[in-house]
Amino acid sequence: MDTLRIPTVTGIDVELRVAGVGGRSYAFVIDWHIRALLALGWMFAAVLFLRPSANATSSGGTWVVLGVPAALLYSLYHPVLEIAMRGRTPGKRIAGVRIVSRDGATPSAAQILVRNLFRPIDSLPFAYCVGLATAMLTRPSVRIGDIAAGTLLVYDEDRGAALDDAAPLRGVERLGLERASLAAELAARWRDLRPDIRVALARRLLANVGTPTGDASELELREKLESLLG
Amino acid sequence: MRDTSKWIEDRLPVWRDVAEKVDAVERGRSASPDDVRRIVRAYPEVARDVAIARAAAPNAPLTRRLEHLHLTLHRSLFKRPSRFGHDVAAIFLRDAPATARSLAWHIVWITALFFASATAGAWLVNQYPEIVALFASEAMIEQVQAGRLWTDGLLNVVPSSVLAVSIFANNITVALFALVVGIFYGLGTVYIIGMNGLMLGAVFSYTAQHGLAVRLLEFVAPHGFVELSVIMIAGACGVSLGEALARPGHLTRAEAFRRATARTIPLFVVCCVFLVGAGLFEGYVSPNPIYPLWARLAIGLCFLGVLVVVLSGALERLVQRRGRAAA
Repeated sequence: MDTLRIPTVTGIDVELRVAGVGGRSYAFVIDWHIRALLALGWMFAAVLFLRPSANATSSGGTWVVLGVPAALLYSLYHPVLEIAMRGRTPGKRIAGVRIVSRDGATPSAAQILVRNLFRPIDSLPFAYCVGLATAMLTRPSVRIGDIAAGTLLVYDEDRGAALDDAAPLRGVERLGLERASLAAELAARWRDLRPDIRVALARRLLANVGTPTGDASELELREKLESLLG
Repeated sequence: MRDTSKWIEDRLPVWRDVAEKVDAVERGRSASPDDVRRIVRAYPEVARDVAIARAAAPNAPLTRRLEHLHLTLHRSLFKRPSRFGHDVAAIFLRDAPATARSLAWHIVWITALFFASATAGAWLVNQYPEIVALFASEAMIEQVQAGRLWTDGLLNVVPSSVLAVSIFANNITVALFALVVGIFYGLGTVYIIGMNGLMLGAVFSYTAQHGLAVRLLEFVAPHGFVELSVIMIAGACGVSLGEALARPGHLTRAEAFRRATARTIPLFVVCCVFLVGAGLFEGYVSPNPIYPLWARLAIGLCFLGVLVVVLSGALERLVQRRGRAAA
């Protein structure tokens, strides 16, 4: 997987994982459905509540009431939300990706506008074929709009990872930071994981720290894990 | 190990506090001088913490979270200050005129191509009138043959406001396409400009054959000078993008393309503003029969004069002169 290395003046470089075609298209499909639904929803609501008259049809009023807001919703969805959400959209948030500039910074409004100006080219001839092909063929997986704007899509490592959850305060003395983090994460996610998965992970982790598990039941494994964390 | 545990315990409140403060700054909230000082002090401290965490556990969630905090601090501290009004003014006063000057020869060549195509279109329709069907719709041809222009009575069909919005939206789309299809090594732009010239020449020639050329000129005069000029400029921008790809020099093609786009976009933004103006004239003035030809020509040429003044950089010189006088 490609990474974007960001040098800092402290000498501690940080790497961001570049999103590939999969993450990119996943985000786009979600966003496309949202904006299409918004545009259609507006048209439906306008017909239902505003009831453009037959007279308005002849004067172009229907076009103004129905078409213009729907077209604006559809076409301004990406630029407006990407500026407002600092390189994210609802689709990108769900897919766990965000736009950054080449130095890892939040993209400027100008960069986002340029990126979106080239959307018509990327969408040629249909279903974003040019954009997808360019993302597949270029090294940091970017479409033409990204090349023009100097931006790229990276995985949003930050989402949901609060410092308190990430910092293990129990078991570090006995297990070390890495293993204590794993144990704390497994304990925190115990209820969310499938029983066979959590049992397998707990056995591997306990074996790794030298705790015999034998034929321990799921409940016993959980207790051993908790006692490991102290 | 005990040290690591103690270290996390000691540092966690600091990380939490700094993360909270820098997140507020990232979200655009103003920060007190004390908070700013705290963030600045925290930058090297968190860098040191990242180094410690990497040494202890390179793949732990805490390490990743600290790396992210360090990056956020770096972004916030080295972010270019946002000066929206200043940036917009710079586009009109400095950036767009500078780009227009650097693309002067591109504009000349694209304009020459447009007029050559228009001449070719006019000649073709003059020699073979039946081929006008390639350039105009059946309804348009029938109206011209009946001695009417398709623009006659336009205001009876569509109100000016709707007409203006649809026209400038359409014009901006055409200009945008003239720009972005330049990515095909400039050839896309050349084809679009050539086709537009061919169509304009053909339609003018056909209306002239039916004695309607002056009336078409009357319609076009208030908006046409600026509209065509702006399309030519957008075309020149598109060709410059293609040139950057075809002749990137010592840069990679991607980098040359990125730089060419960054250079041309301010000019394109100014073009779009003028296209909105042209759309308003085309919606409110062009189809309105109360304006005589001289008034239409005066409006069109004055509007073109404004475009020339903006793109010549005269506004910046004026602002500088005033600044010096005030000083």
